[in-house]
Amino acid sequence: MPAYVLEIVTLSLGLLLLLAEAFIGPTKKRLIGYAAIVGLTITFGLLPFVCNCEGTTPFWSFYTADSLALFYKGIALLTTIIVLILSLDYAPVLERFVARAGGGPAIGEFFALPVFICTGMMWMASAKDLTSIFVSLELITIAFYVMVAYQRKNKLSLEAGTKYLVLGALSTGFLIYGIAWLFGVTGQTNLVAIKEALQVTEHKTAALFALSLILVGLSFKVAAVPFQFWVPDVYQGAASPVTAYLSVGSKSAGFIIGYRLLEPFLASANLQHTTVSLLVAIAGATLLVGNMAAIPQTNFKRLLAYSSISHAGFLLLALGSLPHNSQLSPIQVVSFYLATYLIMTLLAFAVLGVIARVKGSDDLSAFDGLSQRSPFLAFAMLISAISLAGVPLTAGFLGKFFVFTLAVDSGHTWPVVIAVIGAVAGFYYYFKIIRSMYWNVTTDTTPITLEPLTKATIVALMVAAIVFGVCPQVIMSLLK
Amino acid sequence: MPSEIYLELSTTDPPFPLSPLDLLIFLPILAALGIAFGAPARVTAIAAAAANLAIVIALWVGFKGGSDFQYTASRLVLDSPRIAYAVGLDGLSLILVLLSALVTFCAVWIKAPDSVSAKLWFISCLLISAGAMGAFVTTDLFFIYAFHELALIPTFLMIGLYGHGGREIRLHAAWKITIYLGLGSLILLAGLVWLVLKASPAGALTFDVASLKAGALLLDAATQKSIFLTLFIGFGVLISLFPFHSWAAPAYAAAPTPIAMLHAGVLKKFGLYGLLRIAIPLLPLGASACQNIMLWLLLGNIILIGLVTISQKSLDQVLGHSSVMHMGYVFLGLAAGNEIGYAGAVLLMFAHGVSIALLFALSGDVRRLTGSVEMSRLGGLAKRAPLLGLLFGMAAMASLGLPGFANFAAEVMVFFSGFQDSHGLIGPVQLTTIFALWGVVISAVYMLRAYRKVFLGPPGELPAADPAPLTLSQKFPLFLLVAALLVVGFYPNLLLNLVKPVLHLFASH
Repeated sequence: MPAYVLEIVTLSLGLLLLLAEAFIGPTKKRLIGYAAIVGLTITFGLLPFVCNCEGTTPFWSFYTADSLALFYKGIALLTTIIVLILSLDYAPVLERFVARAGGGPAIGEFFALPVFICTGMMWMASAKDLTSIFVSLELITIAFYVMVAYQRKNKLSLEAGTKYLVLGALSTGFLIYGIAWLFGVTGQTNLVAIKEALQVTEHKTAALFALSLILVGLSFKVAAVPFQFWVPDVYQGAASPVTAYLSVGSKSAGFIIGYRLLEPFLASANLQHTTVSLLVAIAGATLLVGNMAAIPQTNFKRLLAYSSISHAGFLLLALGSLPHNSQLSPIQVVSFYLATYLIMTLLAFAVLGVIARVKGSDDLSAFDGLSQRSPFLAFAMLISAISLAGVPLTAGFLGKFFVFTLAVDSGHTWPVVIAVIGAVAGFYYYFKIIRSMYWNVTTDTTPITLEPLTKATIVALMVAAIVFGVCPQVIMSLLK
Repeated sequence: MPSEIYLELSTTDPPFPLSPLDLLIFLPILAALGIAFGAPARVTAIAAAAANLAIVIALWVGFKGGSDFQYTASRLVLDSPRIAYAVGLDGLSLILVLLSALVTFCAVWIKAPDSVSAKLWFISCLLISAGAMGAFVTTDLFFIYAFHELALIPTFLMIGLYGHGGREIRLHAAWKITIYLGLGSLILLAGLVWLVLKASPAGALTFDVASLKAGALLLDAATQKSIFLTLFIGFGVLISLFPFHSWAAPAYAAAPTPIAMLHAGVLKKFGLYGLLRIAIPLLPLGASACQNIMLWLLLGNIILIGLVTISQKSLDQVLGHSSVMHMGYVFLGLAAGNEIGYAGAVLLMFAHGVSIALLFALSGDVRRLTGSVEMSRLGGLAKRAPLLGLLFGMAAMASLGLPGFANFAAEVMVFFSGFQDSHGLIGPVQLTTIFALWGVVISAVYMLRAYRKVFLGPPGELPAADPAPLTLSQKFPLFLLVAALLVVGFYPNLLLNLVKPVLHLFASH
């Protein structure tokens, strides 16, 4: 079965859901969410049967089905499924903010749009031509504009939506300008052809200018310094499941096209050195800003926003590595890191979603005394926090560990020093969450009840965070 | 022919080989899980710790001597780079495993106060113990490192939640130990990664200590020195080496009794174990190049911290600082770089682990019986609680190295090692040893001073009434620890014979 079947199935699913939305009663909109979850789970089940082979028709110059593409398709599907589960759990809050006079709250599209974003991310994982990269990126971004601003009666959400729209459009502008320059330098849009052209190009300066513009565009997408300032506001304003989706989905999509776009530069003997220096400089700055700014945060979503920035720093450091003798390749490490990041971040957002629904707040103080109210949720959050902080025997540690290995092997001494300082700062701000949950007391000790589906998701993510921390082989063998 | 075939079949490894050492790690973890799901907390914890102690003794009886790892089993978790969950026991790790099992057993025997959640209390103790066991029995750098960090979170939670002193004091102590140990571990991690990248055989990164050794020994002196220094600082932070020591005393003073026993007694030995297992045998040139740095820093531990200890006003602070100070002697044994020094260091690790756990247990009793450990408020306790006075006296004497206790044998070996290779000359090692000898006087001053203030003299403001005598159950762990100190003190070869073959191997470099 060729790989593009997955995109066709997902896209058809999204269209069907939108169509069905018109015929479903206002109180039953959540059915769309369940249908989307079932549909995407079936698509995920198709993944092992997909052939990672390519045809010879012109279509295949836009589209690749290498094992990396399949891996990221899997990440896109899993993220979307979990985000939809979180959205269902979050629906009561959502309904409050989208209520309209007469008729029920319009939350049907909220469950259909992620399916389109998922299609975009899956397509992007396979894109190997500047045009297909750009089109798939826009499919994701435009759907996200709607998602971020969805709670139209919530001022914070509208603010976030506006910021995301303006800055997203700006970054797209930079990216397309960079793509234009790259086309100008090489005369090609296919990345394989561009790779060959860059090996021998005489226009080094123009190529580097294209690279800088592309890096600006990408930095916006993956939340890297100095284009990270939209992240905390947008994360705080958007609904929790959307924030989770942005944080995981948007970042992994950004890194896969980042890899595809940068690979030709990294492979060219002329441009390699400058590209690495640029990436490492951005990585160092991102690590520093993300970790230092996270320290004083008191809002959980802003904390996770800065944490997401700092993780982007680690990922960029891996991407900018040229290892001498380790058998780890940068993209292998980036992909592993993103897979573990998916697990621990979605776990954090799953718990946050429940807390935000129960407490009506996403401040750190909403977690006070959680260990008394719900030992289960507190333990889940503990696992997520220590994994994000990079405590060994959790998945998060292995990701950081591989990045350290790559960076030390590439001789990036200073970035490693910054990364160590950043990781220590991480101990502080992630442990602040643990402190709230276990040390602080709360007067409200009514137990928190959980939907079975949410509980099962949280258990699965917890188990995954520990299992992949001890047996990374499962993920690594997918990346050979 | 058929018998040969049978032999071949039986020697092929099963797909997932098991070792009794796995039990040492997983029994506490399973017990912790059981407690989380509602098993009676203290009984389960004691049962798991007792089972572990019994297993360790059985392993000791079955231990065949020599320098090879025994009870080995290796399970690959990642093929490239090669990381394996591999376990094995040699004389060095046997001694530390014995220490862990003994101290864990005594720590969980102590009843949790009524005001705390017994669940969280005993789960934390068991997880710390599992982390220590894991660090001592695994033979793969990755897991040695990973298991040690397992203890970080329970320690952080317990000090912050149930620590002594005001809320501000214990929160401060909890943050300090977490950030310091986090930083130390990350520096250590950088050093270990560096070592793996430099010393692995070409094209096959491995974290197996034994496979790294051949490559590491071939490294030139400059590389060895840089890697050794990184590892040394990383491990040094974990051991509370001067000037990275300031987390230790406040944390131990604030920690609940069993956590202080486990951390000061067992977990802190991990850094020393790491130096003996990884840094010194793999990077001998680096170790000798860094000898002078080690000597200076250890004098900081012995003399400076020793003097600081004298001025402390509470019993817990005296004990916390004294534990930092005594690390200096272990370093002296390591810095001397000969077999006697290493052996003395290993023996001192065991002796100090037992004696400091005993002292913290006793100071916990003093706090429970009188409500305070402020020395100015206490006095004449020996008359009112004679057994406590006697036991504390023995522990204090052990800690300052009175003959008959294990600490004496160990410290004497360390001091001898300073002059082992002197050939009649006074070099840096000999000078340091001479200064370090004064540390014995310093520790006599602070220990005897503390003993006089708390146990002798006129009755202090506390306790208001005669405390209840210790029950049999409360005495039991104390007797066990004293017995361990005396047995090893009278017959140190019990442990030394185990470790000599291992140390002989790398002292010859």
